[in-house]
Amino acid sequence: MKDNNKRYWKGLEELNNDPSYLKNKGKEFPADLPRISKSEEEGHSGWERRDFLKMMGFSVAAASLAACEAPVRKAIPYLNKPVDVDPGIANYYASTYLNGGDYCSVLVKTREGRPIKIEGNELSKVTYGGTNAQVQASVLSLYDEERLRGPQAGGTDKSWAELDQEVIAKLNEVAGAGGQIRIVSNTILSPTTLDAIEVFKATFPNTEHVVYDQQSAYGIAKANETSFGSAVIPSYDFGKAQVIVGFDADFLGTWISPLEFSHQYSQNRKVGPKQKSMSRHYHVESNMSLTGANADYRIKVKPSQQGSAVATLYNLIAGKAGAAATSLSNWDNAHLKKAADDLWNNRGSSLVVSGSNDPAVQILVNAINDLLGNYGTTIDLSKPVNFRKGNDEAMNQFIDDVKGGGIGAVVFYNCNPVYDHARGGELSQNLSKVGVKISTNDRADETASLADYIAPDNHYLESWNDAEPKAGNYSLAQPTIAPLFDTRQAQSTLLTWAGNNTTDYYTYLQNSWKTRFFDNQNSELDFQIFWDKAVHDGVMEMSASDAASGGGYTFSADFGAVEQSISSNYKGGSGLELAIYQKVGVGTGSFANNPLVHELPDPVTKVTWDNYVTLSQTDATEMGIEMGEDSTSMVDISVNGTTMKAPAVIQPGQAEGTIGLSIGFGRTKAGKVGNNLGVNAYPAITTLNGTQSFNVTGVTATKTEESYRIARTQTHQTYMDRGFVVQEDVLSEYQKPNWERHHKPKISTWSKEDHSEKPLNLSLWKGHKYDNHHWGMAVDMNSCTGCSACLVACNVENNIPVVGKDEVLMRREMHWLRIDRYYSSSDDAESMRDKENPEANPEVTFQPMMCQHCNNAPCETVCPVAATTHSTEGLNQMAYNRCIGTRYCANNCPYKVRRFNWFKYHDNKQFADFNTAMNTDLGKMVLNPDVVVRSRGVMEKCSLCVQRIQAGKLEAKKNGQRPKDGEITTACAQSCPTNAITFGDMLDANSEISRLLDFKAEDEGKREPQNERAYFVLEEVGVSPNIYYMTKIRNKDKA
Amino acid sequence: MSIKQLAAKLTKNLTVLPLVFFLSLASVSAQGTDSLSTDQAVIDAGASLFRQNCASCHKVKERYIGPALEGVYDRRTLPQIIAFVKNSSKEIQSGDPYLVALYEEYNKLEMTAFDFFDDEQIVSIISYVKAEAEKEPEAVVVGDPNDPNTSGAGISTGYLNAILVGLVIVLILILIVLMLIVTVLQRYLNQKELDEDDKEILASPFNFEALLKNKATIGVLAFIFMAIVLKTVIDGAYNIGVQEGYAPTQPIAFSHKIHAGDFQIDCNYCHTGVRKSKNANIPSPNICMNCHNPNDGILKDSPEIKKIFAAVDNNAPIEWVRVHNLPDLAYFNHAQHVEVGNIECQTCHGPIEEMDVVRQHSNLTMGWCIDCHRKTDINTQGNAYYDKLVELHKEQSKEPMKVEDIGGLECSKCHY
Repeated sequence: MKDNNKRYWKGLEELNNDPSYLKNKGKEFPADLPRISKSEEEGHSGWERRDFLKMMGFSVAAASLAACEAPVRKAIPYLNKPVDVDPGIANYYASTYLNGGDYCSVLVKTREGRPIKIEGNELSKVTYGGTNAQVQASVLSLYDEERLRGPQAGGTDKSWAELDQEVIAKLNEVAGAGGQIRIVSNTILSPTTLDAIEVFKATFPNTEHVVYDQQSAYGIAKANETSFGSAVIPSYDFGKAQVIVGFDADFLGTWISPLEFSHQYSQNRKVGPKQKSMSRHYHVESNMSLTGANADYRIKVKPSQQGSAVATLYNLIAGKAGAAATSLSNWDNAHLKKAADDLWNNRGSSLVVSGSNDPAVQILVNAINDLLGNYGTTIDLSKPVNFRKGNDEAMNQFIDDVKGGGIGAVVFYNCNPVYDHARGGELSQNLSKVGVKISTNDRADETASLADYIAPDNHYLESWNDAEPKAGNYSLAQPTIAPLFDTRQAQSTLLTWAGNNTTDYYTYLQNSWKTRFFDNQNSELDFQIFWDKAVHDGVMEMSASDAASGGGYTFSADFGAVEQSISSNYKGGSGLELAIYQKVGVGTGSFANNPLVHELPDPVTKVTWDNYVTLSQTDATEMGIEMGEDSTSMVDISVNGTTMKAPAVIQPGQAEGTIGLSIGFGRTKAGKVGNNLGVNAYPAITTLNGTQSFNVTGVTATKTEESYRIARTQTHQTYMDRGFVVQEDVLSEYQKPNWERHHKPKISTWSKEDHSEKPLNLSLWKGHKYDNHHWGMAVDMNSCTGCSACLVACNVENNIPVVGKDEVLMRREMHWLRIDRYYSSSDDAESMRDKENPEANPEVTFQPMMCQHCNNAPCETVCPVAATTHSTEGLNQMAYNRCIGTRYCANNCPYKVRRFNWFKYHDNKQFADFNTAMNTDLGKMVLNPDVVVRSRGVMEKCSLCVQRIQAGKLEAKKNGQRPKDGEITTACAQSCPTNAITFGDMLDANSEISRLLDFKAEDEGKREPQNERAYFVLEEVGVSPNIYYMTKIRNKDKA
Repeated sequence: MSIKQLAAKLTKNLTVLPLVFFLSLASVSAQGTDSLSTDQAVIDAGASLFRQNCASCHKVKERYIGPALEGVYDRRTLPQIIAFVKNSSKEIQSGDPYLVALYEEYNKLEMTAFDFFDDEQIVSIISYVKAEAEKEPEAVVVGDPNDPNTSGAGISTGYLNAILVGLVIVLILILIVLMLIVTVLQRYLNQKELDEDDKEILASPFNFEALLKNKATIGVLAFIFMAIVLKTVIDGAYNIGVQEGYAPTQPIAFSHKIHAGDFQIDCNYCHTGVRKSKNANIPSPNICMNCHNPNDGILKDSPEIKKIFAAVDNNAPIEWVRVHNLPDLAYFNHAQHVEVGNIECQTCHGPIEEMDVVRQHSNLTMGWCIDCHRKTDINTQGNAYYDKLVELHKEQSKEPMKVEDIGGLECSKCHY
């Protein structure tokens, strides 16, 4: 695939024309059907498979004719039907997704009382109706078979009364003897939960609350304490920033508040006829992160160069501002100089962020932002956020105390430090020194299994709770189902043990809101009305009374100390450097038993079901590592004396001399889905300046002889060398009047031999006439960050099976929507030296790809049984029960978006270990009852969420009106945190999609958009899709 | 009932509807004017409210569980009626002699308080009662589906039968004529001088055995036999899973004939989802116990009714046997058909009001669905959703817009 002089490639196999890639690239179904030939099987009865099938076919028909008695089915109504629940009608409840410091305000869709889908809450001023892959997948965790069915003591089941009695006695014993008690947790966003912990502390005065985060941001808080006198993490506003410089901060994927940042970021990335400007984004990093993949300029650094990179930028800015430069060595980098110029030209509307957890680096970042005048504009210190409250020093002290035997009792409040803390190993060895160990985790995981008592907490969808993600922004969580098991809310548990008068957390929460909020407001007079509104909306804003007024901060820093710290800590040295990162799917590992996030291909590497060591092509060649399409070598890496073995993945854009490894894998007690996948990277995390450091130097990696099969989807479903899939340009070109896309295919015909006919004007068919609706979709490749929320949303909405690693290796993943990630070589000056090896630092393009619902659909014409047909509303429909599985349609689809059911994935022991949503009664509760579960031997594909279209139309008909734009939307469009996907009725002139594409009024039906960015993928094939893509515009200089 | 009959009946019903509407309008407009409304919209609203709320105890012209309502607007003033409907026990306790007498007459059975009605709704119900009471009997005659004048469209089966009989008679006549011709010709030939060969042909006896052994005959017979077998097998195969006439025994001997037929309780009263949801909903026991409550409800001592109480006491839901089973692959939505399409329950479920044990009336095959989607006119009136479609349709065709005209036969209308 080429555009201009660019070459796009999906992976190194394609770039290098690897034999393993070439072998399969022209085949939709690389594996042949197993067919035994007579010569191979000596002594075989001589039956061929087909003969056998013929006989089978006959006997099956005969048997089914004989036994056609239908089974008796029961219809069981409610004993006393709840007023709000009508079977067949979905109810939506506002709630809040909380997982440690991760937050999302959500709407929970329930059917017959079962939560089946999570949507974003558009009322939220923090997440703006967006969701991410984990939030979408979280509904399946509710129905996890591995959750504890009730409280346990020493591995045996107990009743709550017995457990309470024993625990209270033990705690009193410890407290009476003056022993130390600790509550350990991840960040708790809920102010009322913190109140409950205070109540516990009041009863047991020797209690301290220790907070840690898996991916700590303690360094930012520490730096802000030094710089401004308040140890907080401020609010960032990427939406106000015209120039963004990120140092290793994956703010679109995992850093602090990615949903909020994605929303803000995309506001300045959406270009159109009315907005011909966009932000410019520089990213400085070692691994190719999701955020780096979206940057306009990406600068590779080793982790040990992060200090000098930030210092260089500071010196450049200081030079312009006339401030004193630091003595730290300057780094000569053209892009960094350019970044400094752009930052200085956009003072007050720029933003520099760093993902480093080193306070010294963060102080320098603060200094840069201070010189640029960003405080008060893009950074708001008066509105601190609570997403990361972990205190690394306190946690280290706690582990030291445990080792020293100074802790009498500990409560692990929904956290798993034995697994997900760097010193988890030490903790597990020394935990026996603690007299009473209690856990509220939902399963007997690595930490809880070492505890004396497990008092399992409810799932968040079964819980009341509140949250304060940012000062002044509050959020309520309400249960959407009664607890499935004999679990109890952890807050109630704490209140019970503390002997509080109110132990019911719901009452406690209400009382807390009464005193905390209701009494401090004047707009509502009745508490019940105030409360009901908060529960209904799910979110509430209050002016933060305790926060200081904005603008009152003055920056101060001891540059000498910073210089000394940086120059001594960022020396590099011999050996490789390890940059530990987090994936958008598996995250910190708390989702490890959720198969949806494992089968989700990593947005950048496209690997499923594993973690691995990413390394650059240069280093791989040096180590003698070669990768095929799905084959690689294992490497031994040795970090701080510990050795780990993981498969190698050659990652374009990885800084030379560095390797990357993600956390979240290597669980041993997560459950049957998540156990023993990959390696645990937490023990590799080190401590620097009192905070956790995700960068490790002096790492060695050696190739082993062991080979490994790794399930990567990147080269599955290729376009068979067909032309123009990705179209892109740079902003300066786009801003020119009469800008045109590079590629507008024209065709020669017998009457026009000069290549002047548009492919869309040529057709063998008469075309379709759309009277009622004409559904269409536009995908904006500029605001798509590749985060993959849409992919998981599609899985949950459409009952798409999880097929497991072995089947993914056979290219049989069932995802209806995939996100194609293309690499291409940038043409700018700095990367000229990379021309020789284009994989050194490529540009990245994300392209969500689903059924294009072609008006001249090639699949429809080849189906021998007319199982796939076109509707009067523009949909390419698939009738599963008519399909006989010839797979001709998939052969003929130019986009390769059709998926074949090779197996019966439901009620099948072979898939029970990972397709948990379709193999147990508990798991099946998550299935969408409006979408059929497909069986073996049929083709399936994106239906454009026809069940939602039908439901939306019915609602409109019941109300006697046309559906309003926005009432009907697809799961992918609804889940997107950046609104990159627009769905709607193209016949409705006022719909968002019609406005976006800007159809010519005169030629209705031709659907020719006046928005020049809109194009069809593979337009030259002439299939006339109903899905439009918007040309990617990069804000970089023209090469 | 075959699909043809069903469709014919449906067409008839649909043609009768406007006629009934017109006539009732005519009869209403003949009424005198007082505070009760004669506006058809109000009466329709009243009719629907009456069916849902009142019909289980009251009829217009007959005494039922409660008194006949005909003339109530003359016996009592409107404010009195409204007050009584909203809170009957209060009115009775106030000592109104008429009400007390009525209370005694009906075994001290109090009427449920309908305090959720507003005055206008009660007026609309009374308006309906009045309109209904004053309806001329001829309106009933018009509704008779057997009246040949009202069944306009479609060829009736009787007519088809007549054609068939006519054809058979004609064929027999032709056969007789042909045989006559043969006899005449034979006689003529017998009178003539013929050579030996011709005589042999003329006199050759009819050889039945030779006919049987003839290859052609065997072939034809074998073909006919195979065709019949094949047809039977295919028909049999098509009927796999078709449960037409399925009438399982239910855990409680609930009779639709008594409830929906004799007592005319509106289907919505129990099947609460039918106008808003995919599922019509089987009522939960609390709905049953609105009438059959264990303290003073109707038939509270019946062993069948006691099963309801037992279910509630034991917290064990009643496990009804599902009669109408659609396969998972087909999506059916009651609200679309009943609320939007205005289809009567009986169109698919048959004469449910006559069934003691519910029986699957239609065969519920895809052919049956499609057939109805081909024939049924869309209920577009007053529904702005269809305005543009109707307009476009009128440009192309003079026929009314059918379901199939707007994509009602497409796969993904039901299969997803």
